[in-house]
Amino acid sequence: MLTLAHFLTLGAILFSLSIAGIFINRKNIIILLMCIELMLLAVNMNFVAFSRFLGNLDGQIFVFFILTVAAAEAGIGLAILVVLFRNRQTINVAELDDLKG
Amino acid sequence: MSLQTTLLLIPLLPLGGAILAGFFRNQIGRVGAHTVAILGVGLSFALSVWILLQQINGTLGTVNVTVYTWMVADGINFQVGFLVDHLTSLMMCVVSFVSWMVHFYTIGYMRDDPGYQRFFSYIALFTFAMLMLVMSNNFLQLFFGWEAVGLVSYLLIGFWFNRESAIRANLKAFLVNRVGDFGFLLGLAAVLLTFGTLDYVDVFAQASNVVDQTLSVPGGFEWNMITFICVCLFIGAMGKSAQAPLHVWLPDSMEGPTPISALIHAATMVTAGIFMVARMSPLFELSDVALSFVLLIGAVTALSMGLIGIVQNDIKRVIAYSTLSQLGYMTVALGVSAYSAAIFHLMTHAFFKALLFLGAGSVIIALHHQQDMRYMGGLRKYMPITWITAWIGTLALIGFPFFSGFYSKDMIIEAVADSHRWGSSFAYFAVVAGVLITAIYSFRLLYLTFHGKERFEVKHEGGEHPPPGQLEHAPKESPLVVTVPLILLAIPSVVIGWMTIEPVLFGGWLEDSIFVLDKNNVLAELGEHFHGASAMATHALSTLPFWLMVTGFVLSTIIYLFRPSIADAVRDRVQWLYTLLDHKYYFDEFYQKVFASGSVKLGKNLWNKADAGLIDNGIVNGSARVVEWVAARVRRWQTGFLYDYAFTMIIGLIGILAVWVAMVP
Amino acid sequence: MIVQELIFYAFSLVMIFAAVSVITVRNPVYAVLFLVLAFFSAAAIWLLLEAEFLAIILIVVYVGAVMVLFLFVVMMLDINLVPFKEGFIRYLPVAVLVALAMAVELLMVLWARGRFGADMFPVPPLSSADYSNTRELGQLLYSNYLLPFEVAGVILLVAIIAAVALTLRTRPGIRTQNPSAQVRTRRDESVRLVKMKSEKPRSV
Repeated sequence: MLTLAHFLTLGAILFSLSIAGIFINRKNIIILLMCIELMLLAVNMNFVAFSRFLGNLDGQIFVFFILTVAAAEAGIGLAILVVLFRNRQTINVAELDDLKG
Repeated sequence: MSLQTTLLLIPLLPLGGAILAGFFRNQIGRVGAHTVAILGVGLSFALSVWILLQQINGTLGTVNVTVYTWMVADGINFQVGFLVDHLTSLMMCVVSFVSWMVHFYTIGYMRDDPGYQRFFSYIALFTFAMLMLVMSNNFLQLFFGWEAVGLVSYLLIGFWFNRESAIRANLKAFLVNRVGDFGFLLGLAAVLLTFGTLDYVDVFAQASNVVDQTLSVPGGFEWNMITFICVCLFIGAMGKSAQAPLHVWLPDSMEGPTPISALIHAATMVTAGIFMVARMSPLFELSDVALSFVLLIGAVTALSMGLIGIVQNDIKRVIAYSTLSQLGYMTVALGVSAYSAAIFHLMTHAFFKALLFLGAGSVIIALHHQQDMRYMGGLRKYMPITWITAWIGTLALIGFPFFSGFYSKDMIIEAVADSHRWGSSFAYFAVVAGVLITAIYSFRLLYLTFHGKERFEVKHEGGEHPPPGQLEHAPKESPLVVTVPLILLAIPSVVIGWMTIEPVLFGGWLEDSIFVLDKNNVLAELGEHFHGASAMATHALSTLPFWLMVTGFVLSTIIYLFRPSIADAVRDRVQWLYTLLDHKYYFDEFYQKVFASGSVKLGKNLWNKADAGLIDNGIVNGSARVVEWVAARVRRWQTGFLYDYAFTMIIGLIGILAVWVAMVP
Repeated sequence: MIVQELIFYAFSLVMIFAAVSVITVRNPVYAVLFLVLAFFSAAAIWLLLEAEFLAIILIVVYVGAVMVLFLFVVMMLDINLVPFKEGFIRYLPVAVLVALAMAVELLMVLWARGRFGADMFPVPPLSSADYSNTRELGQLLYSNYLLPFEVAGVILLVAIIAAVALTLRTRPGIRTQNPSAQVRTRRDESVRLVKMKSEKPRSV
């Protein structure tokens, strides 16, 4: 029988994997963005599962908003990426240390 | 006019005069300034006399009114109020009368001074402050008056602020008074702690309930609370009334103009300590230890300061040491519970000492601010009024029978002789010896100034500052504004003792203000043998103090009038004693070495080690260095790489989650 | 019931495989495609959770738009792939360690003391056949959540403007229209009136 814990575990595994992804792919900013998408997916998974098991649709509404924000974030992130590439001919994070004071 | 308005007007009129003379000095001019000041103080004196007369008639009892409540904090009232009993009204009259006389005198004395209006503003302000002090019905207002008179004293000692010695003298007065005021403030705090109120009446009513209360001091000591309070308050009085060892400021305060030496540093302000102790008699009576302390301090001051007076050459300083000695007498009287005698002496002393000072001032005017007695002599024929009044003042000071000083001083001596308090035998020796010394230095002053050969010459050289002993013009008698106050002060100097000894000391006049335990009441014992003022004076002819006084007179006459060489011979014979006295027992040197240099050394150490070393270098620069050191290491973490920041965030997240997992059951 | 579990485990495995692939493959294009696979699996699992609308949205909007955008960008940028895998082996242990720590902590929260087990959250019964998830969601969205919904629209608008503003550039030498200049044009800038004498027809 599928309990809430099953779905949450799936979300947790997904979340941990995306964290591992951030560490492994520390150079490639595109993959980093994708990992963030995966993280959001894991969170959405939890929301949907809770919504179902609590019998409350508000969780799904939240997923809806998260998707909206994620889309906006992806759009702007990719736009920044394009500008970045246009200016520096690279998207290698190891070469981007302008934040260093 | 209601009573409260009258009482309010008494201090406020001089204050108004002070404000007008001070802030509008350019608008109202010299004449305007002295007019408003004299008017204010004079009206105040008239109202004081009116109050006093009403109390003598019995139409007015003790008045205790609260005029204004400043604030109420934690159940403690801070208020302005007046407690007018017989003691207060007596003081009010003395203060305002002497002040009024000094105002007149100032017109003559300060005639050419550019700070004329300022001076009037100050002395009127002083009158206000002193009246607030004596009229107060609570400790807070007492403290206000106490500090306010101190402030004016400071301002007036440094009145000629472009003289370095004046600045040093007023700084010294200020600092020494701080020592006393520290004790006074501690005493007030202890009163507040013990009684929970600052109101005289409440405190005195509760006094007998706290006799056994003690104060735990670090180190395991238990001090009697009343003793502690009284000693602290008396330390304040030692500062203000210049008792040894806090007396050092008073001789130096003679740097100020002579009128204020007379008013503040002889007649009124310095007696504030005496007044305060008398006012606090319900507290002091409960502590034999504190009274013995008072007695010893007073006796030491009375004897030792008189001795210094013999060797001084500055005319004002001789009188200043005489003042110290007389204050010692008053303190001795307080110490043997003869508070009334102290107040009585305070009153007579106020008149004759103001008279002597103003006489000295008159001489100083005549000699163009020459104060050294070695360049005086023979002034009798130039200024007869000053000479006669100076004689009267001197006779009053040495306690010649029928003069006012005689009654008060003799009463103190008798009271000391009758007392059984610890230390009273030493005090008796001190006050009796003091009579001899007083006679010696008083006549020395009189002879050196008014009698003998003229030790100055009159030359017309037109120099700005002629050398000592040289005068531009022959001395002449001072103008009326100077001599009239002398005469007016001479009258009470002669008669006030004879007139008032009976009511003040034995008639119960001060009974409502002064509290004496039966076992301490030496004056009551004396009262049984008192048969009128004249009888007392006649009887004095057969007592030891009188003959000591006569001895002093004779010695002085021989040495200083006929054979000045004897003085030099004696001085050469006991050179060490002369040096000791000339250096005023090395008090100044001691304070300079120990306290002043010590403070400087302490300050330098604090500055070098604590401030520059610990705070600047350690805490301020140290924290900067710590930040620098930490930053040098932490900045390596700021790589500028996004993934490092992400890594840090995730580590933090894992940490927080771990804590949460561990904590939530 | 067993069917549901089978479906859940099957799609879960696919999803985890896809996720692992996303973070390990060399080529970003493949990574995007595996991400799409993960989204598909998630959508399938959401269907099990009776979130039909969201499942469809996830595929239609997210995969259809956002992932395609990713793909566009990945393909558009001429990226040298070699340096990206530098240090892959070096960072692997740290990554595994951190991910394991995270996973262990999360699983402890989930499974310790059965906080989220069937006892605490009983499995709800299946909805009836005429239940419409879309209608329910719509009713909620257009009533209680109307204002946040509109704010979400504004966010998307801002995102559009931001993306355009970021990437828009004016290159020199390109002929473009300037509408405002066109509108501001006045008559005397474009028309010149010339006075000339009328010519008489040549008389024959």
